[in-house]
Amino acid sequence: MTVTSPVRVPPRAPRPDGGRRPDADVTSRAPWPLAVPAVVAVAFLLLPLVGLLLRASWRDLPRLLLESEASGALRLSLVTATIATVISLILGVPLAWVLARARFRGRGLLRALVTLPLVLPPVVGGVALLFALGRRGFVGQYLDQWFGLTLPFTSAGVVLAETFVAMPFLVVTVEGAFRSADLGLEEAAATLGSRPFATFRRVTLPLIAPSLIAGSVLCWARALGEFGATITFAGNLPGVTQTMPLAVYQALERDPDAAVALSLVLLVVSVAVLALLRERWLHPGATL
Amino acid sequence: MTASVPRRDGLQADVVVERGDFRLEAAFTVAPGQVLAVLGPNGAGKTTLLRSLAGLGALTDGSITVGADTWDDARAGVFLPAVDRAVGLVFQDYRLFPHLSVLDNVAFSARARGAGRARARRDAAGWLARTDLEPLARNRPGVLSGGQAQRVALARALACDPRLLLLDEPLAALDARTRLEIRGELRRHLSAFAGPSILVTHDPLEAMVLADRLLVLESGRIVQEGTPTAVARRPATDYVARLVGLNLYAGTLTDRATRRVDLDTGGILYAAGHDQDADDEGATGADPTGTDMLVVLAPSAISIHTSRPDAGSPRNIWTGVVAGLELLTDRVRVAVDGSPSALVDITPAAVADLRLAPGQAVWLTAKATEVIAYADPGRAPARAPTDIPTAGGPAR
Repeated sequence: MTVTSPVRVPPRAPRPDGGRRPDADVTSRAPWPLAVPAVVAVAFLLLPLVGLLLRASWRDLPRLLLESEASGALRLSLVTATIATVISLILGVPLAWVLARARFRGRGLLRALVTLPLVLPPVVGGVALLFALGRRGFVGQYLDQWFGLTLPFTSAGVVLAETFVAMPFLVVTVEGAFRSADLGLEEAAATLGSRPFATFRRVTLPLIAPSLIAGSVLCWARALGEFGATITFAGNLPGVTQTMPLAVYQALERDPDAAVALSLVLLVVSVAVLALLRERWLHPGATL
Repeated sequence: MTASVPRRDGLQADVVVERGDFRLEAAFTVAPGQVLAVLGPNGAGKTTLLRSLAGLGALTDGSITVGADTWDDARAGVFLPAVDRAVGLVFQDYRLFPHLSVLDNVAFSARARGAGRARARRDAAGWLARTDLEPLARNRPGVLSGGQAQRVALARALACDPRLLLLDEPLAALDARTRLEIRGELRRHLSAFAGPSILVTHDPLEAMVLADRLLVLESGRIVQEGTPTAVARRPATDYVARLVGLNLYAGTLTDRATRRVDLDTGGILYAAGHDQDADDEGATGADPTGTDMLVVLAPSAISIHTSRPDAGSPRNIWTGVVAGLELLTDRVRVAVDGSPSALVDITPAAVADLRLAPGQAVWLTAKATEVIAYADPGRAPARAPTDIPTAGGPAR
């Protein structure tokens, strides 16, 4: 993706006739068939957010947020999204390493399968989880029989649903980093007597730290916004499985003001995530 | 392998590596304290050789032993990976860890081998002191100059107490001034190192200054081996001759009395020269008629004339056509096509006086005493490989 950047012309004194310089920025002026749709797109993306800000009853905001249900949902969301991110890190980073470095048959297929949740409708993910880990699921029934463990419609179920949907984001980001990490440094570490796992810990992981952080933030944000898989697999029980997005959805019917307040919180979180990832997203050509 | 084993083990390498169409075959030994320079053009297999010695690639055939320890033996199925070899490898691009300070880079091997952080750092600080790097201890590699990074890379390699020291083009990435400075330091460190060292380079000067022995590698084969002086005086291939700036011709000795050599490419040279202190295996003059010879002639020993010189002492007179002129720092190197073709060094003033230009016909002369001929080691009858001293380093 190359953007032809115009040669910077040193600022000149404005010409008396106010006419435009014929040589000014020829390459960066958008022709109207591109400019008009671009403006429409910007409006389309930003207007709803403006609407949210206009609709908000700022004076009642503290009361609406501190209302028991909303604050409970916020706390549950933060806790479950964080746990889901930690699980994704513990399991996803090794998976990313295996996908990036290990050589075995069917690696391409495996990568496609584990990143499937990226494109799978979350509701389908929730249904799948239900039939695997639900009380009568092919794994769930044994969890129930042998350990008395029930996952659906529990807070643990929320974490599972969020992890299922969000982990691939981390895996994909970190895998790319492992793939492009400098193998030469790992060779150097080997000649200095460092065993493979020590090299991973002391050299590779610190080197990919930026991608690790980006992947974690992305994963956390995705987990925080999870709706479809959560409501399907864990239900919508206030205080137990009702996360922020579910609370927003429910509040919209009874108390639109509360829905707007909750939405604003999620918007603030999203903006914060964007700020954290700005290095990656605000530069043209940057990829995950 | 215990700590009580004295670290004065020699290296014995019989390296065969096949990769696709490329085959590297090199057998040699390096005594403890000795520095072997591996010289060769790009693609000769120098880096492949270094990588197999370091344990970053396995041999296809042959073996590598250091002292009593076998590091690689293709037939016996032994392969010790790099992590278990105790090699100090200085990479051409240094490969310093960008996320660690200079001190922690040097302390890395001690940490990797289980030393505590405090102890590893104390030892590393000692190495930094020895290489005048103390003021940089807290810096990250990203802010170092090329020369400083090279010093850190060497300190890091030496700090792991290697049994074999390998340097891959250690000075290639440096500018000319830094190179001079670092070369001096490197020489000091190499002579202080008790184990065998191997230096890979394509710079003949670097090899001559730093190494005790030279091994010339071309297309995966050893084409010449010997002391720097011997290699410089008696190049065995065009590549080496070009590196050391000599005209080299292959030919056959046709008359012992006059040392007349008929050159393979056409032309005749009388070679009465002696090289005094080359390692005289076959003393000059002892070769029988019919011996395949190599003849060297320094570009500065040839004179150029625009008309036929008469009544002069030089025995070698031949004609040619100027093919090109190149200004070196203080002289002009004239390429002359003829039988034989030759590079001739003359002063810029001489070029002006003679009005030399490409296409011009000229006469070349060289005194027979300036022409040195020796039996071609590549085509000579097989003889025992040169013995390499196995105990103690040679005097520097």
